[in-house]
Amino acid sequence: MAEPLVRMENIRKSYGRVQALVDANFHVNEREIVGLLGDNGAGKSTLIKVLSGAVPLTSGDIFIRGKKVNLRSTSDAIAHGIETIYQDSALVTQLSIARNLFLGREPIKPPRFLNRMDQEAMNVVARDLLKQVGISKNIPPTTPIGSLSGGERQAVAIARAMHFDSDLIILDEPTNNLGVAETQGVLSFVRSARDSGHSCIFIAHNIHHVFQVVDRIVVMRRGKVVADDIDPKKTSVAEVERVITGMSDKEIHDALVEGTQRPG
Amino acid sequence: MLLVVEIAVFWGINHDFLSPQNISNTLAFTVELGLIALAMTLLMTSGEFDLSVGSVFGFSPVLMWTLFNSGVASLEAAFVIALVVAAFIGLVNGWFVTQLKIPSFLVTLGMLLVVRGTALFVTNGFPQRTWSAEGSWLAEALVGDFFIGPFRIYMSLFWFIAAAIALGYVLTQSRTGNWIQAAGGNPSAARARGVNVSGVKIGLFILSSILASLAGVISSLRTSAANPNSGTGYELEVIAMVVIGGTALTGGRGTIIGTVLGILILRVMRNGIVLIGVPGLAYNIFIGAIILGMMALHSWLERRHQAGT
Repeated sequence: MAEPLVRMENIRKSYGRVQALVDANFHVNEREIVGLLGDNGAGKSTLIKVLSGAVPLTSGDIFIRGKKVNLRSTSDAIAHGIETIYQDSALVTQLSIARNLFLGREPIKPPRFLNRMDQEAMNVVARDLLKQVGISKNIPPTTPIGSLSGGERQAVAIARAMHFDSDLIILDEPTNNLGVAETQGVLSFVRSARDSGHSCIFIAHNIHHVFQVVDRIVVMRRGKVVADDIDPKKTSVAEVERVITGMSDKEIHDALVEGTQRPG
Repeated sequence: MLLVVEIAVFWGINHDFLSPQNISNTLAFTVELGLIALAMTLLMTSGEFDLSVGSVFGFSPVLMWTLFNSGVASLEAAFVIALVVAAFIGLVNGWFVTQLKIPSFLVTLGMLLVVRGTALFVTNGFPQRTWSAEGSWLAEALVGDFFIGPFRIYMSLFWFIAAAIALGYVLTQSRTGNWIQAAGGNPSAARARGVNVSGVKIGLFILSSILASLAGVISSLRTSAANPNSGTGYELEVIAMVVIGGTALTGGRGTIIGTVLGILILRVMRNGIVLIGVPGLAYNIFIGAIILGMMALHSWLERRHQAGT
């Protein structure tokens, strides 16, 4: 099996006495959308925070394309091509779409000592990106983020990750508080991100949204990954729900997970 | 528009309001406060504010004249030292706020007391001698005056205009301006994109202190006085100017042109209220009430604007 894009091995994370992650193993392949599911407190947020550099791990290893990495901060993770999009929090509402897209990497117009942003260039790229992620309405790139809808904001954040070639885009509850049409929009942005060569981790409470878009489902329970190879095309929502809650544990679990081979 | 109405009303009541002499006088002091307000605009856009500017305004000239009068330094050297000390004060403010994560309200309030206390202690509370500045090129460059027709113009007006243009450019055109707005609007998002939020804020604290210091020196040269108590209360007036100009107290949004209007609105009001004969002791009541009224208008316009989008 080819080396996955990201591999997390034996990840432990404890907050004082509380063990949030207990030897969790997780991987994402290239060009793959992974749905990460689990009940509240199962450890999925913690796993994602570790991977996005927001919290340090207690022990364990993270590999990107087989190379061991040390993610000490969110900017570390971004530099390694891992972009996390939380609902709302990744954008500056007061700034325009274009200025948000290029925040921290603004193109400069010569002469450089004037430190002047090339706003035309930013707008051109922004307009193009908005079209790519399928925002159909004609929104000028100078529109402030604050006047966009929740779904449009997600789209901008995804567009940014795509433009700056993040290999892995982590979406934490991207469909929360969104209407039906907007949710479909976000799901299609996720698909177009994969089609252009990016991998995604998709976390959502709404299992139906996960089923619509992911290639593989990973389930966590009590700090562990209990199933990591569920095929959404061959499995029903009810079966996955049983894995999440661990109701009639081992038999269903074994039946669902066709050999939880660990890659790498 | 508010400004035009204001000027028309005051002029209607007292025609001296638009006399060249009154305009010249108002303008001279306005730009001194205005310099501080310009820097404060950037600082507040980044989500912080600085209450120590009034004390730096009083302390810097005291320091400069004390050094000069005691023969330690030439006037120019004393001026540079005063600015460097102010920059250091700003650095300390910024360091406390960004590294120790203490709210800027508390840090700069503490700094206000330290700086004001130092000014009073050094001088024993007495004003410093300043008359020996006549003919110095530094004094000429900062506050030299000339007449355009009947208007007496001080050089400080040009410094103010230059600062307004430069800072307006920084805020709207430069990459730094984008970072300033992001630092105030959503610091964690900015940090995640690799923006050095702490660096931006520390730089702005330093800028705010330096411009307060420059304003203090200009004021002291113009009025030939260096009083350790001068600048008391300026911090709040400056913040009021900036907020009236449309800068959000919570950060993320601010404009230099708005602040320039805010500066003029407040100063014209202060001046006009005195000229139309409101008793001197009562005039803070009016100022306060008008500030409240304008804030209310502001928030109403803001809400209407947001509802519209």
